[in-house]
Amino acid sequence: MRRSLLFLPGNNPGMLGNGDTLDADGIILDLEDAVAPNEKDAARILVRNALQTLHYKACEIIVRINGLDTSYWQDDLEAIIPAGPDIIMPTKVSGADYIHELAAKITAVEKSCGMEIGKTKVLPLLETAVGVENAYPIAIADKRIIGLFLGAEDLTADLRCKRTKEGQEIFYARTRLVMAARAAGVDAYDTPFTDANDLEGLRKDAILARSLGFSGKTAINPRHIDCINEVFSPSQADIEYAKEVFAAIEEGKKLGKGAVALRGKMIDKPIVARAQQVLDAAKAIYGGDIL
Amino acid sequence: MSKLANSLEEAIRSSGLKNGMTISFHHHLRNGDHVLNLVLDTIAKMGLADITVNASSLFDIHMPIIEHIKNGVVTGVETDYMSSALGREFSSGILKKPIIFRTHGGRPSDIINGKSHIDVAFVAAPTSDDMGNCTGKIGKSACGSLGYAFADAACADKVIVVTDNLVAYPLTDFSIAETCVDYVVQVPSIGDPRGIVSGTTTMTKDPIALKIAKYAVKCIQASGLLKDGFSFQTGAGGASLAAAAYLKDVMLEKKIKGSYVMGGITGYLVDMLEAGCFQAIMDVQCFDIKAINSLQNNPKHREVTAEHYASPTAKSCIVDSLDAVILGATEIDLNFNVNVHTDSNGYIMGGAGGHSDAAAGAKLAMIVAPLVRARVPIVCEKVQCISTPGSTVDVLVTQRGIAVNPNRNDLKELFKKAGLPVVSIEELYAKAKEIVGDYVPVQTSDKVIAKIIYRDGTEIDTIKQVKE
Repeated sequence: MRRSLLFLPGNNPGMLGNGDTLDADGIILDLEDAVAPNEKDAARILVRNALQTLHYKACEIIVRINGLDTSYWQDDLEAIIPAGPDIIMPTKVSGADYIHELAAKITAVEKSCGMEIGKTKVLPLLETAVGVENAYPIAIADKRIIGLFLGAEDLTADLRCKRTKEGQEIFYARTRLVMAARAAGVDAYDTPFTDANDLEGLRKDAILARSLGFSGKTAINPRHIDCINEVFSPSQADIEYAKEVFAAIEEGKKLGKGAVALRGKMIDKPIVARAQQVLDAAKAIYGGDIL
Repeated sequence: MSKLANSLEEAIRSSGLKNGMTISFHHHLRNGDHVLNLVLDTIAKMGLADITVNASSLFDIHMPIIEHIKNGVVTGVETDYMSSALGREFSSGILKKPIIFRTHGGRPSDIINGKSHIDVAFVAAPTSDDMGNCTGKIGKSACGSLGYAFADAACADKVIVVTDNLVAYPLTDFSIAETCVDYVVQVPSIGDPRGIVSGTTTMTKDPIALKIAKYAVKCIQASGLLKDGFSFQTGAGGASLAAAAYLKDVMLEKKIKGSYVMGGITGYLVDMLEAGCFQAIMDVQCFDIKAINSLQNNPKHREVTAEHYASPTAKSCIVDSLDAVILGATEIDLNFNVNVHTDSNGYIMGGAGGHSDAAAGAKLAMIVAPLVRARVPIVCEKVQCISTPGSTVDVLVTQRGIAVNPNRNDLKELFKKAGLPVVSIEELYAKAKEIVGDYVPVQTSDKVIAKIIYRDGTEIDTIKQVKE
């Protein structure tokens, strides 16, 4: 369950120390944009030590490494992977070759420290026009990939258009990314909403992302987490309806009916699949009690 | 008859102030106060010495008191709170006699019961008439409530009102009446408005403080106290104020009509009153301009005395009727004893103020604090000094869980039922140690630099000088 993924600068000890208390389903410890070039090594060491000593239990750990076009990324992987992050996030991923090169290095590091090969997953950040166009080949490039993540700030710079709160300019990229991710059987994560104080705007943006099929949304401000979690959680009404679907199927079986209707609509395969997704999500979020 | 003195010196001379006597001040002008310094400078010039200063709180603006101590003008200090730069000076052991720390409720109690005698009280008044009817609600140095000055005015042998806004007799909307005032002195300025109140009190953006505030509000909900008639006190600090904001949302959503809110009053609490969350504000002290404006204009916003606020020897006081209070801590130990007097280096940086009073009175006394501040754990084996006894503290709320005092198993069960992350205080202590490692406690000498007097008048602890 990854409704919310929160970026935290890798060079901020206070934030790293409290990262797992901020209610995000995952935290993205950033070695890339949040860290100045002269602090890259300090941040790398700090993140490694945080992973080794803090034993984050309440959330998943993602580390955003520096791009493959920099001199840092291999050092990043060599320092971070032995400390056992759940996921590595490469940036400005342009195509399958990028993932192949990255995965080979991850495998080498896992081997060298005696880790299970393939344990470290990958969540590529697509934030260029070419990356979005290659979304599907990227999504199927390696078994480590668990999803695709759209980064709209760099993308709109690449598209030479203005980034707006309404997001018309990234509508194609959003749907393209979701389509590719779902075709590959992985998740899709939406770009952060960058106005820290506009919680209404955030809610609208998150609802839109969810309606397009995204699995969750990233955030750069901890105050956005509650709203994102709420939007990407099934509502009480969704859960009740899903329960009714399965109750109606059971009832139909007892009565020997081939087709079952609920609230005047036939229960067909997609309805059952959606009901199952809702119950799975509810179980992951609220525990078994709610069911 | 005229009470108007031509100068502060004339008023002091008329009051009969002599060496060895005690003078008093309120702290409503906070870090903008000019009166305490003005009085001490005048006393020094008059050649008086061996004076004890009893001030309801002392702020860094009062730093000149250090010179008066060095010169022997001031030899005793009694207060409820001392801010950090001044505290650092006092922590060096500059005063021969220990500082006497009381609580905001204990101070008026001791004054009224004659345990703490005041010879001359100086009442800084933002507006006064020439007979001493005075108020803090209006004037260029307006501070709102004058709650902490009432006991001094009522019980001191002589009372001198010091104002920078003299108005024609009678000032009708007075707080302190002429019946207790001996002399009135007009001075050019009693304070700097910039230090008296903040323009607006702003909400913290610190995600940890916000998380703690959310937990605190969930605790109040889970306790069952949040229903019509609910009464509440909170401070103006990060998590405390954020909790008020979250509480407002919950109360509005659930249409809960509370009874009263109290404590240091900020615009946020005024918003809650105006939104209908509470029927009244009981105001012993204003923290911002919005609070002062509300006190001036809204009859539901009531000025109250420190005695009424928190005196344990009054027939009843407001903290006795409190449902929930949110308080801070610099340290809390495994027995839930709280230190709000000294910092992590052992230097004085605060005081109980109303902390122990509200904790003793409220049905739910909550401490909110991050588990680790910088590299220092908040939970420790034994606090450097006890400001508020653990027996009166019900809950510690941190970002890494909520610890409930073992004497409140009822609350523990309610919190667990509500799905709150309840942990033992020992677990929080272990978690803090896991994050920051072993923490070496501050080493102190045997010299007592302050005595901490609990609200009932007993000496609950002492503060010893740090070994340099």
